[in-house]
Amino acid sequence: MGEAAPQSAPREIAIRDAIREAMSEEMRRDDRVFLMGEEVGSYNGAYKCSRGMLDEFGAKRVVDTPIAENGFTGAGIGAAMAGLRPIIEFMTFNFSLIAIDQILNTAAKARLMSAGQLQCPIVFRGAGGAAFQLGAQHANSFDHFYAYTPGLVVVAPATPYDMKGLLKSSIRNDNPVVFFESELTYSMKGVVPEEEYLVPIGVADVKREGTDITLISWGRSVFLTLEVAAELESQGISAEVIDLRTLRPLDRDAVLRSVAKTHRALVIQEQHQVASYGAWLSHLITSEIFDELDAPVGLISSLEIPMPYSKPLEAIVLPSKERCIAEAMKILEGAR
Amino acid sequence: MDQELLSDLYRRMSRIRRFEEEAARLYTERKIGGFLHLYIGQEAVAVGASSVLEAKDFFITAYRCHGHYLARGGTSRAGMAELMGKDTGCSRGRGGSMHFYDAALNFMGGWGIVGAHLPVAAGVAFAQKYRDSDAVTICFLGDGAINIGCFHEGMSLAALWNLPVIFVIENNYFAMGTPLSKTCPTEDLSIRALGYPMARASVDGHDVFAVRSTIHTAAKRAREQRMPTLIEAKTYRYRGHSMADPAKYRTEADVEEWKQRDPIRVLGEKLDSLGFSETRQRIDREIEDEINDAVQFAENSPFPSADSVAEYVYT
Repeated sequence: MGEAAPQSAPREIAIRDAIREAMSEEMRRDDRVFLMGEEVGSYNGAYKCSRGMLDEFGAKRVVDTPIAENGFTGAGIGAAMAGLRPIIEFMTFNFSLIAIDQILNTAAKARLMSAGQLQCPIVFRGAGGAAFQLGAQHANSFDHFYAYTPGLVVVAPATPYDMKGLLKSSIRNDNPVVFFESELTYSMKGVVPEEEYLVPIGVADVKREGTDITLISWGRSVFLTLEVAAELESQGISAEVIDLRTLRPLDRDAVLRSVAKTHRALVIQEQHQVASYGAWLSHLITSEIFDELDAPVGLISSLEIPMPYSKPLEAIVLPSKERCIAEAMKILEGAR
Repeated sequence: MDQELLSDLYRRMSRIRRFEEEAARLYTERKIGGFLHLYIGQEAVAVGASSVLEAKDFFITAYRCHGHYLARGGTSRAGMAELMGKDTGCSRGRGGSMHFYDAALNFMGGWGIVGAHLPVAAGVAFAQKYRDSDAVTICFLGDGAINIGCFHEGMSLAALWNLPVIFVIENNYFAMGTPLSKTCPTEDLSIRALGYPMARASVDGHDVFAVRSTIHTAAKRAREQRMPTLIEAKTYRYRGHSMADPAKYRTEADVEEWKQRDPIRVLGEKLDSLGFSETRQRIDREIEDEINDAVQFAENSPFPSADSVAEYVYT
């Protein structure tokens, strides 16, 4: 009898590497896939998400662009409509606003206006949301601008596993996909298997099971939400955490199923509240399963203030664990 | 001169002219909705260009797109049905006047945001180069599009990456109601090519043969050298910016001056003078029949069914 083979620990990699693996694997699989954006090539990516890709795939498929978001976004869309499958990297989604006409008015509408004659299989990816004191112009959460628009798929994963699996699914998707990452989590590590896998678009994930209240979140805010759930547990409250992972199409069943079970819901988002994605979720829950609710749906958001630079002020504007706990308690008390 | 070529060019330009005259009539009868931007007067540009390009080449244009669609080989029936929002239209009633498409003809639209389609054209050309295809992409725009950021970004990328694309500014001297003199400090719009840099030409857009030869040279440059070209075609639209525009910003005499050199009239007279007036008259009759048939076809076609409303949003 030989000794048992040593059980190797599951592989853990950082999100930036999960993203690179997803792009590289898909580029090896399909030569129509290419990466285009500012600094993606010789600089290896502003956040090093494309490290080494220029060496492997060459300048034909890892295309450095001038600072011209409207130009290279439109060019990506044209290439997609002509049969390629571009990945467009926005250094951050703050700069996507310069190209938002191309995304909302060209990519999202090509299929409908041409009655399906044109397809636009393209991924727009990059960092969204706040990071370390970037000030007002570089800390925006624009999830809802894109999630508002029919014709787009909008994906906002949190964990390294979901980031890789969903990016691969996004690259294989035949619709234009807007894919949100976060500057704050690129270095975060998590279990990502060596073997290939996909995470399906449009399927939410129960990141933590619970019975007393449903906490709903997506993107980086999922990590805050998990902290909130852990804190609630220490106070004897069992919170379920739903990670939407995809904003459009929304996994309505997962949301409604969980809230029907716990009878209470709190949405935690980094967006401002007015006309936000969370406001729509609140409407959805309230209109679909009003009778199941023991309290109004809660919504924690960034304050209605452009992001200030100073660290303590930034912390006040962003959703905090304390604000989330207080709101959860209010919801739970309302139920009594 | 080759009678067959003359006849063909005459037929193609006449088709566009008569198609749009009927469209204008149907618009006043409210059988066509939305905006209707007519190409009448500019026919020599689309027809001259398409007559020297190949089936594998790609066309993309802005919202004044009927002429390019028909010149490329789109049918009067599918075009007229689209204007009426019918299911038999070239975009199955989803696009309307500004958004004609025909993927089988590599006709990529029909886009409504001024200048936004220039980077898209660069991308279509990028895809040809990526695939080692020698197909050329031609992109039509108006003089009103030359001051928007996308014009610069599209041109810039095309020159930087040596893309096989031809940008054709159809200079009809008005950005909606604003004269060119108020929007651009130069008269030769092709000089905008200098800074990128890219090859350039300025051509009489009322002269279908001049357009042909200019596009031919640019297409050869794109196909063989993978180099872009910026062309200005000086032309004129006889109607307002859209049907909503009575065009009071210019005089009848201004329009009449251009009409004296009307490309369809000039070509018709040439056919007559060469002894082909019977041919010309036959073409006129055939076009008349074709347009009448297209209107009948469109009127008799069904609207898209209500239960199809959510189609074509996602695959």
